[in-house]
Amino acid sequence: MMAVSAHVVSVCRGPGPEVCGSKAAQWQSRGPYSPHRAGATASGRTGARQQRLLSLLLAALFIPTGLLGQDTIPVEQGVRLGITYTPGMRPGMLVLNGPSRELLDSVRAILQRDMEFSDRYEMIYLPGGDSLVLGVSSPSERGGLGPAGEGGVAEHYVNYALYSALGADYAVSVLEESDSSLSVNVYDVQGQAVRTSIRLEEGDPRSVEFRLPVHRASDAVVRTSTGEPGIAASRVVFVSGGRVYSVDSDGANRRSITPAGARAFSPTWDPTGHKVAFARLADDGWGSIVLQDLIAGTQSVVAATQEHLNYGPSISPDGRGLVFSRGWDGGTDIFAYNLAQNCCLERLTVGRLSDNLSPAFSPDGRRIAFESTRVGLAQIYVMAVDGTDQELFAPYDYGVTGDSHSPSWSPDGLNLAFHRTVAGSPQIFVMDVRNRTVRQLTSAGRNEDPTWAPDGRHIAFKSNRTGAEQVWVIDIETGRVRQLTRLGGARMPNWSALIEEPNQP
Amino acid sequence: MRLTLPITVGVAAILIAAACGGGQPEIVPGPDPDSIAREQARRDSIAAAQARADSIRRAQEEEERIRRQRTADSIAALRRETEEVRQMIARMVHFDFDRYAIRPGEDTQVLEQKLAVLQTNANLSLEITGHCDERGTDEYNMALGMRRANASKQFLVDRGIAESRITVRSRGEEVPVDSGHNEDAWAQNRRSEFRVTAGGDVLKRPGM
Repeated sequence: MMAVSAHVVSVCRGPGPEVCGSKAAQWQSRGPYSPHRAGATASGRTGARQQRLLSLLLAALFIPTGLLGQDTIPVEQGVRLGITYTPGMRPGMLVLNGPSRELLDSVRAILQRDMEFSDRYEMIYLPGGDSLVLGVSSPSERGGLGPAGEGGVAEHYVNYALYSALGADYAVSVLEESDSSLSVNVYDVQGQAVRTSIRLEEGDPRSVEFRLPVHRASDAVVRTSTGEPGIAASRVVFVSGGRVYSVDSDGANRRSITPAGARAFSPTWDPTGHKVAFARLADDGWGSIVLQDLIAGTQSVVAATQEHLNYGPSISPDGRGLVFSRGWDGGTDIFAYNLAQNCCLERLTVGRLSDNLSPAFSPDGRRIAFESTRVGLAQIYVMAVDGTDQELFAPYDYGVTGDSHSPSWSPDGLNLAFHRTVAGSPQIFVMDVRNRTVRQLTSAGRNEDPTWAPDGRHIAFKSNRTGAEQVWVIDIETGRVRQLTRLGGARMPNWSALIEEPNQP
Repeated sequence: MRLTLPITVGVAAILIAAACGGGQPEIVPGPDPDSIAREQARRDSIAAAQARADSIRRAQEEEERIRRQRTADSIAALRRETEEVRQMIARMVHFDFDRYAIRPGEDTQVLEQKLAVLQTNANLSLEITGHCDERGTDEYNMALGMRRANASKQFLVDRGIAESRITVRSRGEEVPVDSGHNEDAWAQNRRSEFRVTAGGDVLKRPGM
């Protein structure tokens, strides 16, 4: 075992605490699969996965006594071992088990789900019994939980060959550190190196405050391994029974933001993820815009919205401006208000015989997409932030295309989501902002009110596809859909940006 | 009668006191006939006066009762009329799906009746609230409800009612009258509701 440790140092490379397994390196260097990994193509990778799956079985057999010899056994193509992978370029991701402890297991469960919901990996799941042997373990005490040595996680034994055989391009471990913090470690299986190590303070796995740092670690894993933004440390607000609720991006940690009894409507996040604006419908029939500070727990009514029916707020990307819909005996139009200076109510549209509503800021803060009935059926328009240059945004065929509503601008500014009636049912559409081509994303049930995740790849929306209205999430790359909320009559979802860490006092 | 009772009691008390005096050794002289007659005359006079007063009071009470009854009848009539007019006001106007035009026929008649009520009752002010069925976007339905309320208001304003007498509201699809998920429920929920905001204590029925 000492020899193993010594070898570890010699083969390690890459940033961060260096962790690698020498046995694995030796095995793989002589194995038949290295060429596949070196020049991976889509089809080649799939074949390699199948081969690696077979070698998993063999590896599992040989682990207790050593890893030599499996590579000489011929591999049959097309053998499946009960784990299904879809072909594609997505990297394989394995969240490692062990050492076992309630806190660590909770963190692993959250991480694994976040990885799954990022839709950026082929997730590798194994039956519980098998996964026991996959854990990162200390070389000095196999199967037991031992303190990490002076080199921290470097003392742990990381079986790259096995993870590779399972089809993993990345593996993630959750370990206990000597200073009673936790570390989330990302292993580049192909490069046989630790890509990054994220430190987490220990906390109560049942507390809601503990989940957000874990989600942030998940996003760091996604950024490290794919170079793309994650969505784990974000939340979705929605309305049910007149209350605004918030759930984490994985659907857990549901909390009510507004008290029972008040009729809340159309919630939206501010850019920091610390505040939510919504309309409060009063007994006298008016609606005012309320800003709820989730950190301070305070509430304030936007003074300029205490008269008339104000709703549908959208906060500018710099957090300084607010636009909203206002209904009164003059119709329904879009107004702007300066939140930063608490002044300067301004009317942006003059509908006269038509309604203008549901404004949505572009991510650069320069334009506002909105819905208008100026040609009869509601369609999607766009204007400059001062109300000038109003024009049709999402193309349609007069008399053919259904009504269109609820525009939402993707965080990268490249796409606009909205819903449009097709054969009597609203469906989610996405328009490429540059060439204004439109494609339909959904077709099952009624699907409405799209809202973008911070990665510009996922969209939450309201759907009745399984009966009652709930909020669902679709990955626009793969079309994969999951149910986010489990609360009757959930509607009007709005997805936050990545939630910023509160300023240190 | 109230006056008679103390007198009777007083006389009785005197008689009892006199009877009790019988235990004394002196010879009691017989009653003076004149004083008995005077006492009798006094009692008759009091009774006669009492009867006259009672008679007058009964007459006054009867008058008061009749007057009150007449007032009550009149108030009840006013209330009935007010209630009847309020029911006219409360009649809803319904709409086609995703439309806000006032339909000819019953819905127009309902609004014409309200027009007459507003013309007859110059102090009356109304609030009109537009509602939608559950289909359609939540925010869009807020605007559509407002449009329905405004269309109902415009019908009345076009026919001479001052704009200031009618306020408008919208509740979108938030307040259905029928929580069902079918065409019947939706048809009921696509509506304008009318509520008195001022001058509705006493309402006159419009002359038909």
